[in-house]
Amino acid sequence: MVYLNALPGAIGQALIWGIMAIGLFISYKILDFADLTVDGSMVTGAGTCAVLLANDVPTGVAILVAFVAGMLCGLVTALLHTKMGIPPIMSGILTQLALWSVNLKIMGKATISLVGKQLLVARADVGTSIIILVAFVAVVIGILYWFFGTKLGCAIRATGCNEEMARAQGVNTNTTKVLALVISNGLVALAGALLCQYNGSADINMGRGAIVIGLAAVIIGSVIVSKISSNFAVQLIGAVVGSIVYYLVYQLVICLEWDTDLLKLLSAILVAVFLAVPHFKQKFNKSKFVLADLNCDNQSNGGENNA
Amino acid sequence: MLDVQNLLKVFHPNTVNQKVALGGVNLHLDEGDFVTVIGGNGAGKSTLLNCIAGVFGVEGGNILIDGVDVTKMSEHKRAKFVSRVFQDPMKGTAASMNIEDNLALASQRGKSHGLRWNVTKKDKEHFTELVKTLGLGLESRMSTKVALLSGGQRQALTLLMATLNKPKLLLLDEHTAALDPKTAEKVLALTRDITSRNNQTTVMITHNMKDAIEMGNKLIMMSEGKIIYTASGEEKRNLTVDDLLKKFREIGQQNDRILLS
Ligand SMILES: Nc1ncnc2c1ncn2[C@@H]1O[C@H](COP(=O)(O)OP(=O)(O)OP(=O)(O)O)[C@@H](O)[C@H]1O
Ligand SMILES: [Mg+2]
Repeated sequence: MVYLNALPGAIGQALIWGIMAIGLFISYKILDFADLTVDGSMVTGAGTCAVLLANDVPTGVAILVAFVAGMLCGLVTALLHTKMGIPPIMSGILTQLALWSVNLKIMGKATISLVGKQLLVARADVGTSIIILVAFVAVVIGILYWFFGTKLGCAIRATGCNEEMARAQGVNTNTTKVLALVISNGLVALAGALLCQYNGSADINMGRGAIVIGLAAVIIGSVIVSKISSNFAVQLIGAVVGSIVYYLVYQLVICLEWDTDLLKLLSAILVAVFLAVPHFKQKFNKSKFVLADLNCDNQSNGGENNA
Repeated sequence: MLDVQNLLKVFHPNTVNQKVALGGVNLHLDEGDFVTVIGGNGAGKSTLLNCIAGVFGVEGGNILIDGVDVTKMSEHKRAKFVSRVFQDPMKGTAASMNIEDNLALASQRGKSHGLRWNVTKKDKEHFTELVKTLGLGLESRMSTKVALLSGGQRQALTLLMATLNKPKLLLLDEHTAALDPKTAEKVLALTRDITSRNNQTTVMITHNMKDAIEMGNKLIMMSEGKIIYTASGEEKRNLTVDDLLKKFREIGQQNDRILLS
């Protein structure tokens, strides 16, 4: 019963994390870039939005500025990687570290309360919030579905899939990487901006472990929808569904009144389990796909063995 | 069409691993020329192709395509003039994208990637017609992910992509070496078809002496970063596998791979 009462609140939160997961889907799945910027850029989004709202800036403007601020975070990571040759993980870690200071400067203090401010979504008004968030998610998925169906979107997809080939086809892979990371972190910051409103406050620590939750959503989602369709929009929806599944489980743990100190441990285990699923599936399931891959490997090895 | 002048490529210069991969290579191709490149392992064949394609910079010399000096041009810009088929069938296509998307990307080579829809209905019809010419039955699987195709099918598709909007120069680096003999034969026939139909200027590396003699109108042999023998016209037509093996023996190259093929 307690669980059922808590469900709407959890779903609202899950939808917001769904937007964050869609951002991660772009860097992690499409670009194949393990971007750790997000723990920082999420707080940048939340902090920027909260400061502006606390100063009575219109909600729409605050969210938009937060979105742009997140894009700038992605730009920094992308430039560290493309212009300075720093490996993806390190680029993300450096930006994330730097953002800790930047976020503190933006916020001015560790926590900003939004009580009494004009908010778009709020936990107190969960019904309306869910409707607004579903609309948000739908618009984001719609725009991304269009974007990744264009020539430019295709160039980004090719970069993530086979960079060497993309370059040989005339794609400036530096540009496509920058674009993908900018969009990805923009969405993460957007999620941060919505989350601080939903929770009624922004906190400098709210991004800690965000990447794990986001990735959990992406991976749970892809396990769920991989059976249904390979359509791009379905995959994006999958990330949101994954987020909802994650929060349903998470809420259950809370309602069972387990030791909340263990929540991060549980999150890590949950993610590890879902990350392992595709691996074991591939190991035990000699699908056509795997066989095709093996064949080609053998053939190319054969070619070299003749040498 | 292609002028390679005194090309110098050194890997890891000024270190203990220094390796002169190309020591002053000169090569001239006219429009429509098809040159086959042979030579032992480590002769510098792939390096030459990679330098022409712009995969890495060179330490000296110039590369001109159609009179344009591309020596310092970045790889993705050079893709406007040059297209490639790699030895590894996995390398030439984007596995997680479908056949149409791959072809659409290739058709955009050398143009800017804007916000127009990637595969329009007209493109679909056009691509289906093109894929039909491969004779592999792929035309009914246009929205299949390329990952699900066999190595030979992928290599044929890569060849189609590489020649889709008629590059000035086509570079083939042992593009049939990873395929079984029958598939290799098919892809080679396809290469012959497409290049002669388009009067395509082509450089093809091969370890198969028979193919090197039968294909194209010019032949070069490389050894230790240099072109050591060139044949064209009458001389090329009269070459035999034995002639080439004798040449290899003269320079002391007893390459198993060459003797076997
Ligand atoms: N990226 C690299 N870094 C260092 N050395 C390299 C690199 N690529 C090639 N080389 C060296 O340059 C020389 C020429 O190599 P290349 O790949 O051009 O030979 P190849 O003629 O294509 O041989 P194969 O028939 O085996 O493909 C070799 O000695 C090789 O070890
Ligand atoms: Mg080679």
